[in-house]
Amino acid sequence: MADQIEPTGTETATWEYARAPESTDIVRLDDRYGLFINGEFAEPKSGRWFTTINPATEEPLAEVAEAGTEDVAVAVEAARAATDAWQGLPGSERAKYVFRIARQLQERAREFAVLETMNGGKPIKESRDVDLPLAAAHFFYYAGWADKLAYAFPGRPTPRPVGVAGQIIPWNFPMLMAAWKLAPALAAGNTVVLKPAETTPLTALLLAQVIQEAELPPGVVNIVTGAGETGGALVDAPVDKIAFTGSTEVGKAIRRATAGTGKRLTLELGGKAANIVFEDAPLDQAVEGVINGIFFNQGHVCCAGSRLLVQEPVFDALLTKLKDRLQTLRVGDPLDKNTDVGAINSRAQLEKIEELVASGIDEGAEIYQPACDLPERGFWFRPTLFTGVSQSHRIAQEEIFGPVLSIITFRTPEEAVEKANNTPYGLSAGVWTEKGSRILWMAQRLRAGVVWANTFNRFDPTSPFGGYKESGFGREGGLHGLEPYLTFDGSTS
Amino acid sequence: MADAASIQRQDDARPTVSSSEAARIVARTTSVDAVGLEGRAAALATRSIKRESKRWALDLVIRCMDLTTLEGSDTVGKIVALCAKAVRPDPTRPEVPSVAAVCLYPQLVPVAVDQLRGTGVAVASVAGGFPSGLGPLDARLQEIRDVAAAGADEIDIVLNRSLFLGGRYGEAFDELVAAREAAGFTHLKVILETGELGSYDRVRQASMLAMAAGADFIKTSTGKIGVNATLPVALCMLEAVRDFRDQTGRDVGVKVAGGIRKSKQAIQHLVLVHETLGDAWMRPERYRIGASSLLNDVLMQLEKERTGAYAGPDHFTID
Repeated sequence: MADQIEPTGTETATWEYARAPESTDIVRLDDRYGLFINGEFAEPKSGRWFTTINPATEEPLAEVAEAGTEDVAVAVEAARAATDAWQGLPGSERAKYVFRIARQLQERAREFAVLETMNGGKPIKESRDVDLPLAAAHFFYYAGWADKLAYAFPGRPTPRPVGVAGQIIPWNFPMLMAAWKLAPALAAGNTVVLKPAETTPLTALLLAQVIQEAELPPGVVNIVTGAGETGGALVDAPVDKIAFTGSTEVGKAIRRATAGTGKRLTLELGGKAANIVFEDAPLDQAVEGVINGIFFNQGHVCCAGSRLLVQEPVFDALLTKLKDRLQTLRVGDPLDKNTDVGAINSRAQLEKIEELVASGIDEGAEIYQPACDLPERGFWFRPTLFTGVSQSHRIAQEEIFGPVLSIITFRTPEEAVEKANNTPYGLSAGVWTEKGSRILWMAQRLRAGVVWANTFNRFDPTSPFGGYKESGFGREGGLHGLEPYLTFDGSTS
Repeated sequence: MADAASIQRQDDARPTVSSSEAARIVARTTSVDAVGLEGRAAALATRSIKRESKRWALDLVIRCMDLTTLEGSDTVGKIVALCAKAVRPDPTRPEVPSVAAVCLYPQLVPVAVDQLRGTGVAVASVAGGFPSGLGPLDARLQEIRDVAAAGADEIDIVLNRSLFLGGRYGEAFDELVAAREAAGFTHLKVILETGELGSYDRVRQASMLAMAAGADFIKTSTGKIGVNATLPVALCMLEAVRDFRDQTGRDVGVKVAGGIRKSKQAIQHLVLVHETLGDAWMRPERYRIGASSLLNDVLMQLEKERTGAYAGPDHFTID
C-alpha cells in the first residue's frame, strides 16, 4: 500500500514512505536442523523432517526434524541425567549461565528479531522493539533470583527444584515464550525439554546455538521440534512438570493426560479480553490502546483485546476515530520497518479467521475493513471491525486469534463488568477512564488475570501473567512465575 | 512553490462561541493520557524515512519553514541577510524552494516587507507583548494593529498564560478574541507556550480555547523557555485540531517552534502530521516549523541525498 514513490518537489503529491526493509543478511540459515539433545544437534530417530516457511512469502526456510516418541524419550533422559549436577551448582553459578544467555540475546538481538519475523510473519518493529528486548529481560530478571531462592518466599521452607520440566510453547511469540518458560525453570534449578511450535521453530533452534555457546552443561536444555504428536509424547513422558501455552482445546487434553500422574501443570490458554472504554476516557489514547490491543502481532495474542466494550455516549466518536485510524495502519511486508500489521502465521490460522469472520457476517454483525492492498503471496487478513455484535454471536464468544475486533456497547459500569466476564475465558481486560476509583472498582470485579488501566498489552518480567477459568491456571512472570518450578515440601524428583 | 504571502485569514475564523462559553470549552475538552500520548509519539518517531520520501520531506520542511530570528540584537543588516536566505536558501541550487515566511520582531517588519516584496515569502511578526503577553492589553492590541498596518502577512501572538493557568478562561478567551479583531484579516497564530502549561490536558484545553477564539494557527512555543516543541506536545495539538475540525468543520493550522534543529526531528514532526491529520495538512497553508539553524541542516541533508556524502558546514551560508 505504501510502496509507490512520488516525485520529489511537487506540491500536490502525497507523501508515501519509501520501502525500508530490514536486511536479512545477518541471518545464516542451515538447510536442516536436527533435535537439540544433550548439548548437541542430532538426527531424529523418527527419520521424519518437515519444512518451515516464511508465511509472508510461502518460501521454505529450512528443514526441521520431527521428534517422535523415541526422540522425546531420549531428550527427557538427557534432561533427567543432567538434574543432579545442575541442581548441585550454587545458585550464583547457575545465574552466570542464565545471565550469559540474556547478554547473548541482547548482542544478537537483530539476528533473532529478523529470524523471528521471517519465520513468524510479525512486523520487524515488534520483534525488534518488543519480543527480543522482553525475552532478554526475562532471562536477566530470573537470573537474579537463582542465588536468592531461599529468600524468595519468606516463611516457607527452603525451596527445591521440581526436576525435569516439559515445556510446550506457541507460535505467536516464539522467542518470548521460550524465555518465559526457560528462564524461571533454569534459575530454579530444573532441567528442561522445550517443544517449540511447528510453524515457528527457527528462533528456538538459534537459541539452542546460544545455549551451546554459553556452555550450559549438556542436557540442561533440550529442544525437540515437531507438531502436536511430539507435544503429546512430551506430556506423556516421565517429566515432573508440564508448562503449556497454547489453545484451550489442547490445554484441556493435557490436563486430562496429566490427571493422576502427579505431574505438576501450568496452563496459559486462550482469551477473549474486553477493552472497556468509559465516556470520560482519554479517547485518542484509548483508540491507540484498542488498536494495539487487537492488531498487535496481527491479533495473534492470547490476551488480545478482541472485544471492545464502549459506553454508549462515546460510541459514535470512538467508532469514527477507530475507522480513521484503521486507514493509517500499514499492512504488508513484515520486514519493512514501517509495517504495522504483518502476515498471518499460517494457512490454517488464516482459514480459521476467515471462517469466524464469515460467521460474524452470517449472524448479522456489520463488518468494516480499510481499503489496503495485500501482497499476492503469503497469508494476509485485513484489519477488521465488527459493529452490531451481540453477546450471543460467535465472534463475541470464540477466540479468533486474528486482527478482528468485535464492538459491543454498554450503559453502566455494572453492565460492563457483566458483559466483560460473560465468556469462558478470563485472561486479561483493559479499562479506560479518567476516574481512578472506577479503575479499582472495575479491577476488583473483572475475572481476568491481568487488568490494564489506560493502557494495553504491557509486559514486564516482574509482573505475573496468567488466567482465570478456561484461560488456564498458574502464573508466569515475577515470583509467581518462579513458584511453579519449585517444591516446598521437601520432596524432589 | 506555495505563495505563502497570499494566505489570508479564513472568513470563518471568527469566534465560534461567546466568552461565557470559554469555561465550558475547557471543561468539556477530552482528557489526555500522558503515557499513551508519549508512547504513540515515540512509536511514530521510529518510522524509517528513506530515499525519495526523505527528499520529499526535506523539501517540504523548507517550504513550511518560518525562518526565525527573535533576538534583541537583530539589526537591519541581519534581517536583510535573513530575507535573502529565506528566498534562496541555497544559492548554488535554484531548485531548492524558498521558505514560507520569515519571523521577526515588530520593529523590523518594514525591512522584511521591503526585502520580500514579490518573492512569495511571507513576513510574520510576533506581537501582543511577546513572549510573556503580560503588558497592558491596550498596548498589546495596538502592537498587533501596528504590525498589520506595517504590512506583516502573519502575526504570532501569545496566549495569556497568567489568566489561563489562573482559571480565568473567559478573560483569556476575550483577549484572544480582541487580538483576532485587532489582526483583522491578517493570518493569526496563537502561541500556547506549552512548556509553561504543565500537562497535556492543559495543552489540549488551550488549543481548543485558541481555536474557538478564531486562531488560524495554534503554535507550540515562543522559543524563549527551556521546553519547546516536543513530539508529544505536537501530537496533542494535532489531535486537538483534528477534533476541532470534526466538531466545527474548520481547519486550523499547527506551528511547531523551538528546539527543532535537525532534519531528523523535523521529519519526525512531519510523520506525526501525516499519520494524524493526513496530507491536507502537509503544506505551508496548514503547517509551519519555526526554526533558524534547522535550515542549514536540511540543506546539508539534501546535499547528502544528492551526492551521497556530507559537505562541511562552510559549504552552507550563515546568515
